Amino acid sequence: MRRFSAGLDVRLTEVSLRDGSHHIRHQFTAEQVAAVARALDEAGVPVIEVSHGDGLGGSSLTYGRSRTGERELIATAVANVKRAKIASLILPGVGTSDDIRAAADLGVGLIRVATHCTEADIGAEHFHVARSLGLDTAGFLMMAHSQPPEVLARQARIMADAGCRCVYVTDSAGALILEQVGDRVAALVAELGSDAMVGFHGHENLALGVANTIAAIRAGALQVDASTRRFGAGAGNTPTEALVAVCHKLGIRTGVDPLRMFDVAEEVVLPLLTDGEPLLSRLALVMGYAGVYSSFLKHAYRAGERYGVSGAAILMRCGERKLVGGQEDQILDIASELADGGGGR
Amino acid sequence: MSKVPVAIVGSGNIGTDLLEKLRRSERLDARWMVGVDPESAGLARARRYGLETSAEGVDWLLAQRERPAIVFEATSAAVHEKNAPRYQESGIRAIDLTPAAVGPYVIPPVNLRAHLDAPNVNLVTCGGQATVPMVYAVTRVVPVDYAEIVASIASRSAGPGTRANIDEFTQTTARAIEKVGGAGRGKAIIILNPAEPPLLMRDTILCELPEGVDRDAVTSSILEMEETVQAYVPGYRLLREPQYDDEKVAIFVEVRGAGDFLPPYAGNLDIMTAAAVRVGEALAAATTEGAMR
Repeated sequence: MRRFSAGLDVRLTEVSLRDGSHHIRHQFTAEQVAAVARALDEAGVPVIEVSHGDGLGGSSLTYGRSRTGERELIATAVANVKRAKIASLILPGVGTSDDIRAAADLGVGLIRVATHCTEADIGAEHFHVARSLGLDTAGFLMMAHSQPPEVLARQARIMADAGCRCVYVTDSAGALILEQVGDRVAALVAELGSDAMVGFHGHENLALGVANTIAAIRAGALQVDASTRRFGAGAGNTPTEALVAVCHKLGIRTGVDPLRMFDVAEEVVLPLLTDGEPLLSRLALVMGYAGVYSSFLKHAYRAGERYGVSGAAILMRCGERKLVGGQEDQILDIASELADGGGGR
Repeated sequence: MSKVPVAIVGSGNIGTDLLEKLRRSERLDARWMVGVDPESAGLARARRYGLETSAEGVDWLLAQRERPAIVFEATSAAVHEKNAPRYQESGIRAIDLTPAAVGPYVIPPVNLRAHLDAPNVNLVTCGGQATVPMVYAVTRVVPVDYAEIVASIASRSAGPGTRANIDEFTQTTARAIEKVGGAGRGKAIIILNPAEPPLLMRDTILCELPEGVDRDAVTSSILEMEETVQAYVPGYRLLREPQYDDEKVAIFVEVRGAGDFLPPYAGNLDIMTAAAVRVGEALAAATTEGAMR
């Protein structure tokens, strides 16, 4: 069986300090990041991702402004870990290679380049830059539910050839179901062979995060994402504390101590979720059901309130328009269209 | 009125769409098209239309006995950086459709006449052509500390040059939001969407506003700008009335292409080539009036 390294069967990347940014509308403080990074590091988490939810350079009117500059948050995380590698995400078209250089200077060891799952070539430049800086790399094929395995495999090849060391099947909408995950991961493993690893990033919008991640590992994924207390967009991500427990019981080595992780979830992360944990709410379910990018949730909720229309109807319309990650700007347009009764000018 | 002889350098999507538009111009006479691939469909089309063509690049063009007064550069930033000094040495004015930005930015409804004496002008990006006019429509009424745009284009309309250099798009567009649009700080985001059938180009423009702004004055400036752009890009339209909240105005634009070469979804292509023709005609008019060096 393939494994990540001699000591780890799979490598876990903890995304609460990145995907969780969506859930709290990018309001992280340096103190919160320090506490979470330190606790995750002590529990044995090998990689911790830190940035605006929409990646480096994501702080904006469209996606939401960061309360604390992401460079300060990254530096804080780096200063508070002993063993863990700090990762940052970048969406080409939102952030630029200059952001990657700045992150590297701050001590980030892994850059994850995310593109929509048919547009891998727009990230080639960013993989080159990251590798030339000596950084580890991973690539996200976002909204992976929207394309069949063979299309994803071709796009994974583009990323691997550009210098990506692990291509993720990224279930941004939390819409994939078990075998659909396994088939996609297996197609990437077959295409990439020893050229690059395969990863999986899940969301809980259909309550399948842990099960889907296990399906991915069984199909050959060597890197997986999770978030403590599901702290992430939509209904949140695969819960780290449950995933490491399940892996432990299945004999899959993650390097993370389950009992310590239960403590982190209860004592460090839960107190930070003062406005509530990510829920399997009506809107989150609609996203998994209709295949909508998870970070649209808070935007749809607010736009629905502002225009007096149903958030679920907004998200269904996002699905009909086949919006991809990053098109949050159109949520306001859709809400005002629904409020007009579909008209416009 | 005698027409000014012009050349198109680059025979890809942009060059070919530009060719179609130049054929309708009463001021500009497309006489040459230059590419690098002898099998190029763009060059074949140009030959059918009676242009002189070559796959031997700019060397061939500059070796011709008669030379163009204006060249439209539709290659890549790297190629244009090499070509630009050669055009200037030969006394040929360059209209640059790449992100090279050798010369000053020109967005026709904002500063068409500001650089008529420059040897080289740059057309920013498709996103810049679609959004900077709206940023300017706001800043000419009220000061804007920060403006942000999101350009969504159909995957099929993004060529290999755009894809390999997506940072150039965001950085160049952001600078043009500041320098030409007049915002204190600019940010640009581009999204490629692969939906089938392809989606029309859409742009969202967000401008921060000071307190107590006269919204009616801002809105009427925006509506006026819509008409100004429509004069040369008929498929440019506001999708709805500008939307205000406490801190900003949101402007939603759609760009339907004229369908000259690529289908109407490629409004991003159309607004670049339409702007190029607009700038070329202004330069030609200046020539006729003897203003050209």
